[in-house]
Amino acid sequence: MAESLTQKDVEEIARLARLELSPDEVESLRTELTAILEHMAVLQALDTEGVEPMTHAVPMHLRLRPDNVGPSLSVDQALGDAPDRADEYFQVPNIIKTNVGE
Amino acid sequence: MAVSETDLIYLSAAEQARRVRAGEVSSRQLTEAYLARIADMDGEIGAYVTIEGDRALARADHIDAALAGANGHPDQLGPLAGVPIALKDILVTEGIKTTAASAILADWIPPYDGTVVSRLSRAGAVLLGKLNLDEFAMGSSTENSAIKTCRNPWDRSRVPGGSSGGSAAAVVSFQCAASLGTDTGGSIRQPSAFCGIVGLKPTYGLVSRYGVIAFASSLDQVGPMARTVEDVALLLEVIAGFDPHDSTSIDRPVPRYRDALGRGVSGLTIGLPDEYFAGGVDAEVARAVEAAIATYQTLGAKTVPVSLPHTKYALPTYYLVAPAEASSNLARFDGVRYGLRRSETDDSQKVGLFDMYCKTRGAGFGPEVKRRIMLGTFALRSGYYDAYYLKAQQVRTLIRRDFERAFETVDLLLAPTTPTPAFAVGEKMANPLDMYLADIFTLSCNLAGLPGMNVPCGFTESGLPIGMQLLGKPLGEETMLAAAAAFEREIGAIGAGGVPTRRPPEVSS
Amino acid sequence: MTDWEPVIGLEVHVQLATATKAFSPSGTAFGATPNSLTDPTVLGLPGALPVFNRRALQYAIALGLATGCTIRERSRFARKQYFYPDLPKGYQISQYEEPLCEGGAVEFLFGGQVRRVRLTRIHMEEDAGKSIHHSNVASWVDLNRAGVPLCEVVSEPDIRSAEEAAEYMRALRQLVRYLGVSGGDMEKGQLRCDANVSIRPRGQAELGTRAELKNINSFRFVQNAIEHEIARQIRILGSGGTIVQETRLWDSDAGTSRSMRTKEEAEDYRYFPDPDLPVVKVESATLEAIKADLPELPMAKCRRYLDDYGLSEDDARTLTAERSLAEFFDSAVEAHGSSGKGAKAIANWVQSELLRELNRDGKDVGECPIKAPHLAELVSLIEKGTISGKIAKDVFAKMYQTGDPPGIVVEREGLQQISDESAIEEIARKILSENPKQVASYQAGKQNLLGFFVGQVMKATRGKANPKLVNQLLRRLLDE
Repeated sequence: MAESLTQKDVEEIARLARLELSPDEVESLRTELTAILEHMAVLQALDTEGVEPMTHAVPMHLRLRPDNVGPSLSVDQALGDAPDRADEYFQVPNIIKTNVGE
Repeated sequence: MAVSETDLIYLSAAEQARRVRAGEVSSRQLTEAYLARIADMDGEIGAYVTIEGDRALARADHIDAALAGANGHPDQLGPLAGVPIALKDILVTEGIKTTAASAILADWIPPYDGTVVSRLSRAGAVLLGKLNLDEFAMGSSTENSAIKTCRNPWDRSRVPGGSSGGSAAAVVSFQCAASLGTDTGGSIRQPSAFCGIVGLKPTYGLVSRYGVIAFASSLDQVGPMARTVEDVALLLEVIAGFDPHDSTSIDRPVPRYRDALGRGVSGLTIGLPDEYFAGGVDAEVARAVEAAIATYQTLGAKTVPVSLPHTKYALPTYYLVAPAEASSNLARFDGVRYGLRRSETDDSQKVGLFDMYCKTRGAGFGPEVKRRIMLGTFALRSGYYDAYYLKAQQVRTLIRRDFERAFETVDLLLAPTTPTPAFAVGEKMANPLDMYLADIFTLSCNLAGLPGMNVPCGFTESGLPIGMQLLGKPLGEETMLAAAAAFEREIGAIGAGGVPTRRPPEVSS
Repeated sequence: MTDWEPVIGLEVHVQLATATKAFSPSGTAFGATPNSLTDPTVLGLPGALPVFNRRALQYAIALGLATGCTIRERSRFARKQYFYPDLPKGYQISQYEEPLCEGGAVEFLFGGQVRRVRLTRIHMEEDAGKSIHHSNVASWVDLNRAGVPLCEVVSEPDIRSAEEAAEYMRALRQLVRYLGVSGGDMEKGQLRCDANVSIRPRGQAELGTRAELKNINSFRFVQNAIEHEIARQIRILGSGGTIVQETRLWDSDAGTSRSMRTKEEAEDYRYFPDPDLPVVKVESATLEAIKADLPELPMAKCRRYLDDYGLSEDDARTLTAERSLAEFFDSAVEAHGSSGKGAKAIANWVQSELLRELNRDGKDVGECPIKAPHLAELVSLIEKGTISGKIAKDVFAKMYQTGDPPGIVVEREGLQQISDESAIEEIARKILSENPKQVASYQAGKQNLLGFFVGQVMKATRGKANPKLVNQLLRRLLDE
């Protein structure tokens, strides 16, 4: 599974992760990630057929919470650290015009 | 024993708590002594990112007043009443700036306390401030802090380790009585080894993660860092235990860990994993750990070789699992609700939403954080998930099984905490893989969810601390603490009042 | 000319009617001040963690059981990752592999038949907040809705027309309201629908390329939007074009849809199991308890009304539309006690008089002044001949006004039917003696004058005389 990443791969991953990278960053990440992924190639050689993936460090089942209303933050607490707000709303650049996401 | 004001700072947290309760010293005296120490020392060390002097003194006065009114029942005030401590700045503190040493959190002031923070507070601790770390706990040297570099108090040209480098440096340079760190792949144990203190990463689920800024949710644990084993046990008693706010919290009563400290190691079987002693370990480190093994034999423990055959897969496994989770956990830093926002081009043109995201995150995250977000995003992409993330989770199962098998025959595992003592500032920054290898002995423990601790076990000729690692069974903290305490007593590392017998150099002037 | 067959599958988001969010304890009220129902978890603050709501799980299980799904003993939460300002954590907690419910079906009456639309799965997830597109440069975000628990009900592509899709939505709405797991109000966003629509030449097995239609946020638009999409696809294919696999946004104001993104632009959601949330385990005892608490479901009621009571499909539909009405009807029938006999009469009373009164007053069945056993008693009084059908309407009106049982109304108002033959005979003789001309005409052969005499007797008794008796008596007296 040793992957040699292309510049395009790195740019696509950066797009998914919403990271603006300079051309220098793209290039250094390309070589660093390629080296790291090479190091990971040992995993590929290991037979894991039928091995249960471990998603949690301690085996346990989901505990449930009673449906009792607790305190909410005040509107000012909720918006207190927002970089931009309008009245009781968080304000962001217009969504429809520019978004590539959902 | 008469102790001068300045000497108060060298006492262990347990001793400070005892003296406060006995009325021999006030919390204000202790707090003032530490604030003075920080003022003297931290310019050279760089352990603190936020110092809350006024708040700490007000809190100390409050504790002193409460003690005065406790009418001979000072125990009601909690086991840490009046003791000045400090926290890794990844723990969320209500009303106190919390940075994760990242530019992206800018001046975030949380509206809530994390669970460990409120438990410390309930136990009467006084918070001096917040401690330096690698940005979002990603790193092994604290050089990835976006705020400032932190230095190793034993040798200022060297790193304190990381990511809880500030926590380790502050404790060993007597800038707080004790601290908390977090450990995702060794971030408590490795800096504890580099700085020569005791640091414990609890069993996953023993300490709540609520209010711990997440790096890798299935690996992160908060743990105590202190100069003595007793202090670590004391802090663990305070912070451990079930928390309804954390769905991965273990619902079990917490033992009184301090009661285990006198148990000794007679009759214990300690496993020595072959894979941790096979080459690549610095000769002085190897010698110190061998000597520690001999000490344990003298103390009546049996030592046996064991094998953890999947050890070599821990590093690649860790560097898939942890970045994958990190890439997801750090998605919330998007410039919408808090923290940094960049929404203009270089020539001040307003940008749209997509560019706002990319610019904010591009400017707010440092190089190592970006690297891990990229790696994690890569591993979770559709079409790559099975070969990378899922594969790593399967190998994780194999690593855990190695430990389960070993613990069928042994009570504890003992190994070096790190392959080398503290390395020089800048030494490993050019090559990320080299840096990752600094955690080679500490990663498996997190992958398996086990408890692990660093216990100082000597010094190099040049005076750098060396640490050994004890790994326990799930919820085996008592056995680990008992073994650590027995060793600490045997080598005479701690003197009267819990004062370490060997200390790093004072301020160079 | 090709005969096109539409193939439709629906993904319906059902907002669960819990008091608190899916993963944290802030409230869920609709229409609150923006950003007033948040907590660290809802806001996605650093360090905040999710803890799942027991009631949300119970509701999801109830919905799964009611649709005949297999409830997984072990299911899992996953993170669905994308960036959007109303998604605070940068991921939505949802289920991907190992969802809570699999299989099952939604059944409903359609064109005189029981239609069965199979379900692929029902999974649990959290809602996003709301974005308001304030201006060309700015959007506003309200996170009150963020974290509200949802069930996503995913159907197989079993639906064949827009009308059927609308009927499916109605059936689902009816079901969630019966179960009490959701308000089911589309206007409040409690039920939201995305439709996967494709067409193929009738008779062809292979599916056509589909478009996903999003944002169908009102009940009225389900049929419109899908009809519009079918027409769009027929137009394209009919003129030799090809359908692009894409996501389209329904614009209800314009009555049209526009492309949001094509398959190539689709986001990679990078799902993975949420490390903050251990495996959801549903114990069989939990399952049994929820099963035991399920109400009789609308289709079962419908079948019972058709088979046991012989009601018409329309009647059965009307009576089962809301659980409260059906239960009112059921308890009236039960009080009547003749194992379904009288059910038809009760059904008539409910549908004509009762619903008319309630609709006029804008009242719900729950607020109806007439108790179900009282309605049953009213029907019994008619059956026993204590009152006539005509008088019964007056009695009903009084019952509705006062809430009194019919017996008391009848007694108080003196409305008992006069069935005493001698009393009626006395009145009848008096009427005949007062109208000698009409008696003569009748006896001369104008038999239809009988109605005139009956009317006079009823008038004299203020409608209380037993009309059957009056008829018999008059005929006898006139024929004497």
